[in-house]
Amino acid sequence: MKQFLQHRAATLPTIGAVVIFVAMIAYGEIAYGRILQFSTLSNLLINNAHLVILAVGLTFVIVTGGIDLSVGAVIAFTSVTGVLLANAGWNPWLVMVLMVVIGGAFGLASGILVEYFGVQPFIATLAMMFLARGLASTLSTNPERLADDSPIRLIAAEWKLVDGPKVNDLILTPGVLIAAIVVLGAWFVLHRTRLGRTVYAIGGSEPSALLMGLPVWRTKVWVYVISGTLAGVAAVVYTARLGIAQNITGIGWELDAIAAVVIGGTLLTGGVGYVAGSVVGALVLGLMIVLITRDGKIPPEMTTIITGGIVLVFVLLQRGLSVVRRNP
Amino acid sequence: MTEPVVEMRGISIEFPGVKALDGVDFRLFPGEVHSLMGENGAGKSTLIKALTGVYPIDAGEIRIAGEIRRLNGTADARNAGIATVYQEVNLCANLSIGENVMLGQEPRSALGIRWKALHAAAHAALERLGLGALDPRAPLSSLSLAVQQLVAIARAVQRESKVLILDEPTSSLDANEVANLFRVIRRLRDEGVAILFVSHFLDQVYAISDRMTILRNGRYEGEFLTKDLDRTALISTMIGKDADALRSIAARRARHDGEPQVVLSATDLGRKGSIAPTDVDLHRGEVVGLAGLLGSGRTELARLLYGADRADTGSIIRAGKRADLRSPRAAMRSRIAYSSENRRDEGIIRDLTVRENLILGLQTKRGWARPIPRREQDELVQKYIGELGIRPADPERPIKQLSGGNQQKVLLGRWLATQPEILILDEPTRGIDIGAKAEIQGAVAALAERGVTVVFISSELEEVVRLSDRILVLKDRRKIAELVNGEHVTADTIVAVIAEDAATAHEETEA
Repeated sequence: MKQFLQHRAATLPTIGAVVIFVAMIAYGEIAYGRILQFSTLSNLLINNAHLVILAVGLTFVIVTGGIDLSVGAVIAFTSVTGVLLANAGWNPWLVMVLMVVIGGAFGLASGILVEYFGVQPFIATLAMMFLARGLASTLSTNPERLADDSPIRLIAAEWKLVDGPKVNDLILTPGVLIAAIVVLGAWFVLHRTRLGRTVYAIGGSEPSALLMGLPVWRTKVWVYVISGTLAGVAAVVYTARLGIAQNITGIGWELDAIAAVVIGGTLLTGGVGYVAGSVVGALVLGLMIVLITRDGKIPPEMTTIITGGIVLVFVLLQRGLSVVRRNP
Repeated sequence: MTEPVVEMRGISIEFPGVKALDGVDFRLFPGEVHSLMGENGAGKSTLIKALTGVYPIDAGEIRIAGEIRRLNGTADARNAGIATVYQEVNLCANLSIGENVMLGQEPRSALGIRWKALHAAAHAALERLGLGALDPRAPLSSLSLAVQQLVAIARAVQRESKVLILDEPTSSLDANEVANLFRVIRRLRDEGVAILFVSHFLDQVYAISDRMTILRNGRYEGEFLTKDLDRTALISTMIGKDADALRSIAARRARHDGEPQVVLSATDLGRKGSIAPTDVDLHRGEVVGLAGLLGSGRTELARLLYGADRADTGSIIRAGKRADLRSPRAAMRSRIAYSSENRRDEGIIRDLTVRENLILGLQTKRGWARPIPRREQDELVQKYIGELGIRPADPERPIKQLSGGNQQKVLLGRWLATQPEILILDEPTRGIDIGAKAEIQGAVAALAERGVTVVFISSELEEVVRLSDRILVLKDRRKIAELVNGEHVTADTIVAVIAEDAATAHEETEA
């Protein structure tokens, strides 16, 4: 058993997240009903696609042992920029590409600060967070509405796959599909490319990775670029769904995404973690909101308290496992 | 003779204010184990770093396989076929064994890394070193440090390296593990790999190496066949003075007189899980050695005496009064000082200067509210730099730039500055070269003559015997014997005591 724990300790928190997710669905189904059905699950995916994308991006950064606090603010800036440009008559497809590129540029800036100027990731991305938030506010402080007929909204177009009775439909959107592609792509990069393995090696021991001759600097810049780029993608998906962009969009989302990553079993100290875990973590957070809404008696203010509790439980679980690992 | 695979000529490297290497020659032939010898600070690490491309050279030339190469960065050295395994294992414990061997060299196809091929290649590399029993899929963290080191070598030779540099590879290995490592080294040597071996353990150097190059103070002192150079000659070449210095210490210690005055007396001092209740008496001006194998409870006993751990049982009488040593600060107030065996983590503060490191102990004793005036600091530092022979004699140099032996001297100075009556030194000579060792031993002997009681812990029994007036032998976390040192006591006596105890313990369990 102990040996099993040592060999599998890396996957246990992720398995734990899956167990919790299933337990939450089961509890919801028994206590409130209508959870385990097409419409609820479709909405869960549609409403949380942007969070899943953000969490995937942060998984890269956190596995290297870094952190990216700027993603929420990057979403605000890119979505306000995108909506303003689209409304000004720019080609909407070009606008979407531009949103993603701007996100990547913020990530590149963070990465360069971290790697070439030796700034702590926390501080570098905090600076980027204030910068992006401030830039968004200089563009506009009002909610900017996207024209209803803008092609950007196609990203949120609903494809009814199964037309169930009593509006119990299985619905997908291109946004959900994008999230799925991002997840698959991230899995491929992390587990089947040298870039991905270097990400893990850096998280395990950066000095060792350097001495092994791995491209540490380049890789560390890349993870911030990936995180920023995916923030841009998340901005496209979210803006398309809501149809509104505002400078206060995405406040605290970086923390939601970090929470999702941690719940999914990624160690904040780096080196251990899975994309699949982060996806489940994001869905756990989304499902929690659904359950609280359904319950009706839990005040919505409790949401953050419960989130905090879940994160704490998972961090303690990881502590326990790392103690087992260290003392064979 | 065949062509050398590495030939370095007239290598000079200068750091601000120091000439780290001055016209050093070095050659390395295929299929030989070559030891690089010298005191700490002689330039061994600098020479290795020149060869691995970490430091650019200021003068001289490096030829690899006959061609002149400029090595800018570790990647250049690696591409030239030079692989290095460092003292600390530089692998990633969070990844599998196989991945650690293959990182950066993973076999790939259009669908990314081919994990099966990766594990097969890793297995082949491990097999080559006789480690075929390891499962490349198991996490590296499931291996002992010694085996991790062998994995690091597997990683190094996996790239068909022509030159393998082993920098202090045995410092944390036990005898069996060393034998294992040597088997691997010999196997590689027979395959024609040139191996550069650096170690402080003379026995190991003589056991494994074919030739050695000796450096002193950044200069080349010569290249010798191991079989032509006996130890005495080696040591005097390394330290440039007579090895008799070591012997005179023993002679000095032999004189000992006067009525013993008890400065500390511990009764039934013990702590569950760390050391069984033990009686210890310490006398003024006496060196008490704690001898025993690793894990026998030496450090544990020292920590109880210093209050670093709280005792569950027993009491301590200090200078006639009952003392309650609940914390290091309390111990410092009763003038007991403890220098940890873990120099790097519990001793020096890397980024502070020699001066700042040296005054730390005294400052702590006085309390933060009474800063030591700069003038007093400078005087203290000058005094101990001179007395202990700290090199380079620059108080404002960050301590991390000093060699291990000189760092240890600074630590010794730190505790001496607090003017302790009892000084506990835990492995003060581990991992430092013979010259610095002699100086530290000399300092210990001089202290005892001045009336300081020294508790001396060391894994090297010869050293304990040479220095101590009395030796407490520990085994399995209890005291098994107390020997008064004299003509009849040698390292073998202690070994016999430990071995006999094992025999009796065995009989007891049988009965």
